[in-house]
Amino acid sequence: MRNNNYKFVQKEVISQQPPPLSQAGFTGWLWKNLFSSMTNFSSISAAFQSIIMFILTIVLLYFCGGQLYGLIDFAIISAVWSDPEVLKRGSCTTVDQGGSLPSGWSGACWPFIFAKKKLLIYGRYPGEELWRVNLVYLTLFLGIGYTLFEGAKGRQWTGLAMLTIFPLFALILLTGANFNISWTTLLMLFGLSILFIFLGELARKNLFGKIISELVSLFYICGVTLFLIFFAGLLLSIDYGLSYVETSDWGGLLVTLVVAITGIVASLPLGIILALGRRSSMPIARTISTVFIEFWRGIPLITVLFASSVLLPLFLPDGVDFNKLLRALIGVMLFSAAYMAEVVRGGLQAMPRGQFEGASAMGLSYFQSMRLIILPQALTHVIPGIVNTFIGLFKDTTLVLIIGLFDLLGQAQSTIADAYWSSPAQAPTAYLAVAIMFFVFCFGMSRYSMFMERKLSRGHK
Amino acid sequence: MSKSYSNAIDLIYNKRFRSIFFQITLLISVILFFLWVANNANNNLTARGDSFGFGFLSNTAGFQILPTLGTWVVDYDVGKSTYFDVYLIGIINTFIIAITGIIATTILGFSIGIFRLSNNIIIKGFATIYIEAFRNIPLLLHLFFWYFAVLRILPGKREKVSLLGESFGINITGFYGPRPIFNEGWEFVVLGVLISIILVIMFSRYAKRIHQQTGYKYPTFWISSGIIILIPCLICLIYSLLYSLPIEIQFPEFKTDGPKLKRGYAQGVGMMMPPEMLALWLALVLYTASFIAEIVRAGILAIHKGQTEASYAVGLGRGETLRLIVIPQALRIIIPPLTSQYLNLTKNSSLAVAIAYPELVSIFAGTALNQVGQEIEIIFMMAMVYLTFSLLTSLFMNWFNSRIKLVER
Amino acid sequence: MTKDEEKEIDQSKMTISEEVVIKVEQMNKWFGHFHVLRDINLTVNKGERIVICGPSGSGKSTLIRCINRLEEHQKGIIEVNGVELNDDVKKIDKIRSEVGMVFQSFNLFPHLSALENCSLAPIWVRKMPKKEADDLAMKYLEIVKIPEQALKYPGQLSGGQQQRVAIARALCMEPKIMLFDEPTSALDPEMIKEVLDTMIDLAQGGMTMLVVTHEMGFARKVANRVIFMDEGQIVEQNNPNDFFSNPQSDRTKLFLSQILDH
Repeated sequence: MRNNNYKFVQKEVISQQPPPLSQAGFTGWLWKNLFSSMTNFSSISAAFQSIIMFILTIVLLYFCGGQLYGLIDFAIISAVWSDPEVLKRGSCTTVDQGGSLPSGWSGACWPFIFAKKKLLIYGRYPGEELWRVNLVYLTLFLGIGYTLFEGAKGRQWTGLAMLTIFPLFALILLTGANFNISWTTLLMLFGLSILFIFLGELARKNLFGKIISELVSLFYICGVTLFLIFFAGLLLSIDYGLSYVETSDWGGLLVTLVVAITGIVASLPLGIILALGRRSSMPIARTISTVFIEFWRGIPLITVLFASSVLLPLFLPDGVDFNKLLRALIGVMLFSAAYMAEVVRGGLQAMPRGQFEGASAMGLSYFQSMRLIILPQALTHVIPGIVNTFIGLFKDTTLVLIIGLFDLLGQAQSTIADAYWSSPAQAPTAYLAVAIMFFVFCFGMSRYSMFMERKLSRGHK
Repeated sequence: MSKSYSNAIDLIYNKRFRSIFFQITLLISVILFFLWVANNANNNLTARGDSFGFGFLSNTAGFQILPTLGTWVVDYDVGKSTYFDVYLIGIINTFIIAITGIIATTILGFSIGIFRLSNNIIIKGFATIYIEAFRNIPLLLHLFFWYFAVLRILPGKREKVSLLGESFGINITGFYGPRPIFNEGWEFVVLGVLISIILVIMFSRYAKRIHQQTGYKYPTFWISSGIIILIPCLICLIYSLLYSLPIEIQFPEFKTDGPKLKRGYAQGVGMMMPPEMLALWLALVLYTASFIAEIVRAGILAIHKGQTEASYAVGLGRGETLRLIVIPQALRIIIPPLTSQYLNLTKNSSLAVAIAYPELVSIFAGTALNQVGQEIEIIFMMAMVYLTFSLLTSLFMNWFNSRIKLVER
Repeated sequence: MTKDEEKEIDQSKMTISEEVVIKVEQMNKWFGHFHVLRDINLTVNKGERIVICGPSGSGKSTLIRCINRLEEHQKGIIEVNGVELNDDVKKIDKIRSEVGMVFQSFNLFPHLSALENCSLAPIWVRKMPKKEADDLAMKYLEIVKIPEQALKYPGQLSGGQQQRVAIARALCMEPKIMLFDEPTSALDPEMIKEVLDTMIDLAQGGMTMLVVTHEMGFARKVANRVIFMDEGQIVEQNNPNDFFSNPQSDRTKLFLSQILDH
């Protein structure tokens, strides 16, 4: 028999009702996020799981809660924050240890960190010249901030400036410039750059025939690069009236930032070239790029630092010597170029085939299509990857303390030897301070990178 | 017609010529560069009075090395063993840290990754805090924390903290635990292990066949575990009843009386892990686990929700869905970045140089290099070890990827 | 519009029995604070072919997903084949093995072949020997007319072929009820027909079906009841003829004017 009484028309609209209490609101949230995992007894395995979850929850609450509380207690509650009577170690040690605090006290010694803050941020940079470092820090902060700020006008230009002009600016300010670069070298660079640009002009006007005209872009690139090197050399040889500060006096956060930022900025062009080389259809270029990349990715950074510290003087002609920081920078740059190459290569691979085809269909040469179409898009794809590489590099800068450079961690370690502040809290406080600084920095950057990734993927849906 | 023909020739000639010309130039520049570098090195070495060569490897190394697995295997003796032995010790110690570290960090990382996916806020919160805290702090700082901060507060040489009764103990000289001693007849036990492995393989094949033929599923996992545990134990028991114990467990000995100098853990009894190794191991395992946790989480999340829904809709339970549908697909995504983390852990073991644990970098590129010079040869030999690891891993990755690739049009 | 070979619908097996297979009483569901299903009352008899339509966001997918517990309801009762749906895992598994579901995005398992996709559940849920399960899978792959694709992987099949494998996969558990969640919405136009034909064959075989779809031609041909939902409520139910020619509610009229006119 057919069931006919389903014919139905709804007369009124049922409005939204609030959900039952147990489902929404705080109780609902609590249920869903906590108790539901522990109360499912509908089958033996489910019951078993529920019991395990319960035990685990209790154990973690006890353990984690305990550790977290201990940390907060050490760092904040029981910590000493000021040293008004300038007791130094007296303010951070108990009476039994010769200090002023009651027995059984244990906590962080923040006056110690405050006293050492110049060392930690600048190293042994001369006090009167600190304004130079501060100026560099300020420019860095403002430049990066502006480039990353959504909606800021012309931020590609600030970005480009940060990548090219800023390093030079920072170098001049930090070292004091006035390098001894021979006039002959400068003139030679200048001359060669003009020559290449001139050749480029001639080639563009098809004056040498078809074969040479393909090399137009090559000539221009060589010319412009040489000119930039000349210009940089010129700027570096001028006497600005700033006193020379040796790189061995740099320390703390300054060294960390210099190594990390130089590493990334210098490795970017090399990384792009390597990535293009690895994807190239020319077997020799491909082999050389692949070998380079796999070699530098296969060895630990410490080996690279040791090698550059110890081998670089051997590999350079007699008389040419780089200071320790520069040797480390060269090693870091080559090392991170290999990782950068892989990140860029990933970005290029993610590009839809149609872009390459579209560009060549328009008649653009290889270099032109790369410059105008492919690389701008690929680079946007890889920015999260680049940020992640930077975060890794930032953490890896701590390794330079092993070859005797004083980065933030190394400098902090050196402060532990100060007998005036000697106390059981000295070492833990120092390491805790460094840990907090790294955490804030790295966590912030990784959040930014995730934000960028989400934004970019949304733009493609 | 002829004009387009000559244009075509121009183009082909041009493009290929350009490519060959460029490649030859590149090759020549690279070769010239290496020749220049080698020439400089040669000049600098002769100026110093050194020469290039591997002969130093047979010279005796005159320095102490912390007793570790490496020194035990190579039977290191100060004044008798050569620099080549030092090289081997470094490799063995690196290897031991890498292998044990990789196993531990995989277990920990997977657990934390799965915790992060739980719907229990406490467990999920713990996992998140762990991941963010450990990931954003440099490894060297982890190492210093464990070595200087934690291990230093351990009791001194003549005290200890014991775990599990007296079987494990820890103080400032190291971490002590039971050690297997191989007596007469240990070969039979090893044979027993091998036999049980073969039995397990045979059984799982059999169980699979039965499953396909009749639909009945043996609890393969439990039965296999039983076999692997019981058979060697049985052999041990039988042998000890007939003769004597083929494998003994030697527990660490702690002397509490006698001359003060001799109190504390007896050397050579039980297994000892120096505090440097313990610190390095803890730092590496906990640090890498935070990255692995993220990889595992991303891999499982990447599996489209529809897959689990389709699996539930067709009647499969949670366990089966996980085992048959989610994990096979998630593993495809997880394994490539996982192996690169394994490689990172191996390379990061080189940080041992900061706390003087005798792995490859610290004793070979550290102490040995300081004693002999010969930087180029030593660094080259060291780089070769790491490059071999990397190459083997890459090859494995490529093979694995081609095997499990999802078949597509 | 060219007329494809319009098959004559074989009505012989499409009988509706007295047996109630799905009973939904005063069912309400919330997503957080959003009241997505409001006071749903529905009775489905064995052999019925019901098409559910409505604007997006009306809750029609959510409704059928509640029936096999892919979504949980907070208030009211859902009974499938006499078994009440609640948190009891055993009951849920039992119901799921009797209710088959076909998804909009197919959701085939990409690491298994078409044959393995189909035989997976019989092997692991019904504990069938592999050979029997494979034969069963081949039988249903033949019914959906793609036996030659049995050893291919989903990545090698077209959308229409994948969806037909999905249908076969659901059928391999020999369910009493089939749920379809917009089965043709993700397909290119030329492949929609092959899937609809498969569903028509299924209906002709007497299967109880609940279909969420926009394909009104299908509704006219095969359905015995059309349900229109809007804003979480069932607004109108009727037989297809009366529904399309004489919609009662204003909301129904508005919806029909939008989808039938393009």
